[in-house]
Amino acid sequence: MATKKMLYLNRRAPYGSVYALESLEVVLIGAAFEQDVSLAFIDDGVFQLLKGQNTTAVGMKNFSPTYKALGDYDVRKIYVEKESLEARGLSREDLLDLTYEDENEGYAEKDSIQVVSRTDMAGIIEQNDVVFSF
Amino acid sequence: MKFAVLVSEGPYTHQASDTAYNFCKAALDGGHEIGRIFFYHDGVNNATRYTVPPQDDRNIQQRWSKLQQEHQLDMVVCIAAAQRRGIMDEKEAKRQGLDGNNIAPGFHISGLGQLIEAGIEADRLVVFGD
Repeated sequence: MATKKMLYLNRRAPYGSVYALESLEVVLIGAAFEQDVSLAFIDDGVFQLLKGQNTTAVGMKNFSPTYKALGDYDVRKIYVEKESLEARGLSREDLLDLTYEDENEGYAEKDSIQVVSRTDMAGIIEQNDVVFSF
Repeated sequence: MKFAVLVSEGPYTHQASDTAYNFCKAALDGGHEIGRIFFYHDGVNNATRYTVPPQDDRNIQQRWSKLQQEHQLDMVVCIAAAQRRGIMDEKEAKRQGLDGNNIAPGFHISGLGQLIEAGIEADRLVVFGD
């Protein structure tokens, strides 16, 4: 099977709708296909990666710990749009620490998250063969 | 060109399903191929045969079934999304101990891997959502 560059574009907040959770389910299943996977978070999608999520009051499952497993699924490229963070009063420090182990450098832990400008994000979307928009 | 189509919204509430249908029909009429149509999120609600819209409105569900029959399309409903929303085929209803099924002709229930595979095999994957 061919290898394609696949981007999961996450645009929505984690709990107002089911899109974020069901997007993550596609990412986890998709990992078995060994494609060149990236995740992108724009607009309210940046809220999905917030640290310290607590869903007790809304009665939904807090699935944010699952993002921490993405490194084990070989998902190493997680792009977050800078302008979307800033518009919501957020910065990199507010986001989860997501890492992967680099087998080429003695399995050193590396940061999966890259904060990129809107212009760079447009380029990233352009470079991918398949874009799943959620 | 070979397309794969992802339908992410249910019928009537959002236009996405109508647009997806019109796109598929135009692509097929134009001599293109639709490798697979995958129904996800509320899009799985396009697959219930218990849809009864008013007579002067379009029947979105039946339209999909007819298109499938005419072109032998591969129309897949995500099993996890379908279970959350009560879309069942005979086998799945039996497995869940339910008293009936509601899937419409031409649709079949399968896993998310079918979406990834459709994206890999098509020249273009087109998402119809909100």
